Amino acid sequence: MGVATAVRSAAAGLAWYVKGVMGEDAYDKYRAHHESVHGTDAAAPAMTEQEFWRDQADRQDTNPQGRCC
Amino acid sequence: MGATSKIPHDAIDDPDLTQDPALPPVALDPAIHEAEEAHWTPVKIAIWVAIALLGGLSWVMLAVVRGETVNAIWFVFAAICTYLIGYRFYSNYIQKHLLRPDDRRATPAEYKADGKDYAATDRRVLFGHHFAAIAGAGPLVGPVLAAQMGYLPGTIWIIVGVVFAGAVQDYLVLFFSMRRGGRSLGQMARDELGRVGGTAALLATLTIMVIIVAILALVVVNALAESAWGVFSVGMTIPIALFMGCYLRFFRPGKVTEISIIGFVLLIAAIVGGGAIAGTEWGAAMFHIDKLPLAIGIIVYGFIAAILPVWLLLAPRDYLSTFMKIGTIGMLAVAIIIVRPEITVPAVTDFATSGAGPVVSGTLFPFLFVTIACGALSGFHALIASGTTPKLIEKERQTRFIGYGGMLMESFVAIMALVAALSIDQGIYYAMNASPALTGGTVQGAVAFVNGLGLTGVNLTPDMLTQTALNVGEESIVSRTGGAPTLSVGLANIMQQVAGGSGMMAFWYHFAIMFEALFILTAVDAGTRVARFMLQDSLGNFFPKFKDTSWRTGAWLTTGIMVAAWGAVLVMGVTDPLGGINTLFPLFGIANQLLAAIALAVCMAIVAKRGLFKYLWIVALPLSFAAVVTITASILKIFSTVPSVGYFAQNAAFSNALADGETSFGTATSVEAMEAVVRNTMVQGILSIIFVTLAVIVIFTALQATWNAWRTHSNATNEDLAVPSRIFAPAGLKATPAEKATQALWDARPSTGKRKTREH
Repeated sequence: MGVATAVRSAAAGLAWYVKGVMGEDAYDKYRAHHESVHGTDAAAPAMTEQEFWRDQADRQDTNPQGRCC
Repeated sequence: MGATSKIPHDAIDDPDLTQDPALPPVALDPAIHEAEEAHWTPVKIAIWVAIALLGGLSWVMLAVVRGETVNAIWFVFAAICTYLIGYRFYSNYIQKHLLRPDDRRATPAEYKADGKDYAATDRRVLFGHHFAAIAGAGPLVGPVLAAQMGYLPGTIWIIVGVVFAGAVQDYLVLFFSMRRGGRSLGQMARDELGRVGGTAALLATLTIMVIIVAILALVVVNALAESAWGVFSVGMTIPIALFMGCYLRFFRPGKVTEISIIGFVLLIAAIVGGGAIAGTEWGAAMFHIDKLPLAIGIIVYGFIAAILPVWLLLAPRDYLSTFMKIGTIGMLAVAIIIVRPEITVPAVTDFATSGAGPVVSGTLFPFLFVTIACGALSGFHALIASGTTPKLIEKERQTRFIGYGGMLMESFVAIMALVAALSIDQGIYYAMNASPALTGGTVQGAVAFVNGLGLTGVNLTPDMLTQTALNVGEESIVSRTGGAPTLSVGLANIMQQVAGGSGMMAFWYHFAIMFEALFILTAVDAGTRVARFMLQDSLGNFFPKFKDTSWRTGAWLTTGIMVAAWGAVLVMGVTDPLGGINTLFPLFGIANQLLAAIALAVCMAIVAKRGLFKYLWIVALPLSFAAVVTITASILKIFSTVPSVGYFAQNAAFSNALADGETSFGTATSVEAMEAVVRNTMVQGILSIIFVTLAVIVIFTALQATWNAWRTHSNATNEDLAVPSRIFAPAGLKATPAEKATQALWDARPSTGKRKTREH
């Protein structure tokens, strides 16, 4: 049990880290933020996952970030 | 709370930072941090003594012991031990006395939180993000070119430079931008230096960006020209990125890791397939492209890439590049530790003092310090550290780990690139890096040239060049300037000893070329876009319509102007009869270091206005060094009477030869070539003058602001108003015992409003 749990926890940690660095957790962060501000208020619905990623692309289009040499 | 004197500066300015009593502590008392640091257990003392001794021994092995060879492992130990000591002691000193972060203050990610651009991010994740944004081809290329001066000068500059200059700049800019809601360097320059200084900083940034993009593109052209394999596999990144973009847009939005893994597999397939295709007659004919058409291809590509929506090409390739970057750098570190190559390069070569090196001209001072820019001190980082990163920081104290620590990592990448370049045979190194003007581009020419340099222990045979070319799957490796091919040979040489043997060298070589080309093309796209927005913003002051960034005509026009600007420099470099890289690379380094001087000048003005004169030297030290180096280098480039160093001296020499009716001069074999030299040196000379003038204006306005602050005993700041924080997170990589205890109080709360964290 000990080894299996440790391996599983290390794999989960690695997956969490890679997703974080790649920016895959952006939607989760957005939802968490949205809920903490608006709760489950139906008047201010959160963007769906697809809407969110399109909105993110639009934001990058209008506000480009440099990549270093 | 602790004694009053221990409370940071800002608490005195702003007594309203009292936190919500319903919450566990959002910050540790600074006295607790100090007590933890001052608590020296015997184990801790033993560890730091061991680090210091190992670091000291490594430096002795590198700098004092003069054997036939030196093992690469000493570079790794010298670097890591020095970084650890610099991080633990110097960055801590800066934190305690100069920046004085206050975790009771909310960061922009908290008080401006929108769940999108401003979002508190775990410090370890943000470290990865920030590192991926700052690290690129720069630290890989500069050290390779500087290896001609011997291993020691470059090693010292990379390691000592980062501790006292590069990491300090990144840390300061990140912190100051964070305190200003994530404002950009340009905006901070305007706030701190006024209209003249701010405008000069903006113009300098824009022109420097053009030069940097142009020279990066030149590195790619030099690496891919006449290499069917390279052209095919790097070319395939475009359809791969398009596929990834469409997958994420229409099929599985947000599955970034998944598509990056798919993209990575396709990329490896493209590298392997490239070898097969380059081996066929039609493949070799189709993808064998000369420098000039390739440069034009990249210019056209650059324009299209910059006007396409980001989701289609830029964003997916950025994912791929991040994935490759962290993976390959980790792989190289492990390989160097396993292989531990012996290095036969002398500690210091004659080229360091004579300035007659064939790779880049000029003496050690100042040209070593501009050739190695990224890795020791990189002004470009100031644009990143005042861009995305400050908007994502969770707690103020984390800026040290991310800003200072992130730059130490980049410096380590530079050390590994240096080791890889040093590990290849010296004869091959010079044959690859001397311009075609010197070697004639042929094996015989290269052998004659390199053996004629009179270097001890260098005895190049034609066989060595043809065999290496065969091993890496290229037609020729003679005069493959620009640093990228040399690094790739070094990397392939190290990797084949770990995996695959010499049969795999060709794969590793093209893997490394791909890895560098990927970074550079991403930097070219992103740089063009950023420059276009800067130009639109500036033009908008005169023609308001340009401010509207969704105006298609304006966007295309400004993109076209920026692409034309870097494209012109690129074509100039590609067609230069003198070789291109050796004349243009110093301009790249000077530009990057001048940007660093500008960023540090802005930081100095900020520090002075806070009235922290006692610690001003922390900024003044790297600023004066960067200023002296870049201004000296610029002046030499402008006024030197040695034609290989001074642009105008070269210009005059060729102009006179033309006036005398000569039809060939030096390495230029025709009147057209001579005219090209006259034109190129004039442009390069004028660019040098522009850079140095703008930088001097910025530094002067910063000195003026500093003097005014001194005179008026200023305690002013343009920081955003302090807002009390409502979250807690540890500061460094590992949570300290006191931080863990506080974190436990937060974790024990009911789950409402609690964010997901992973503390062990």
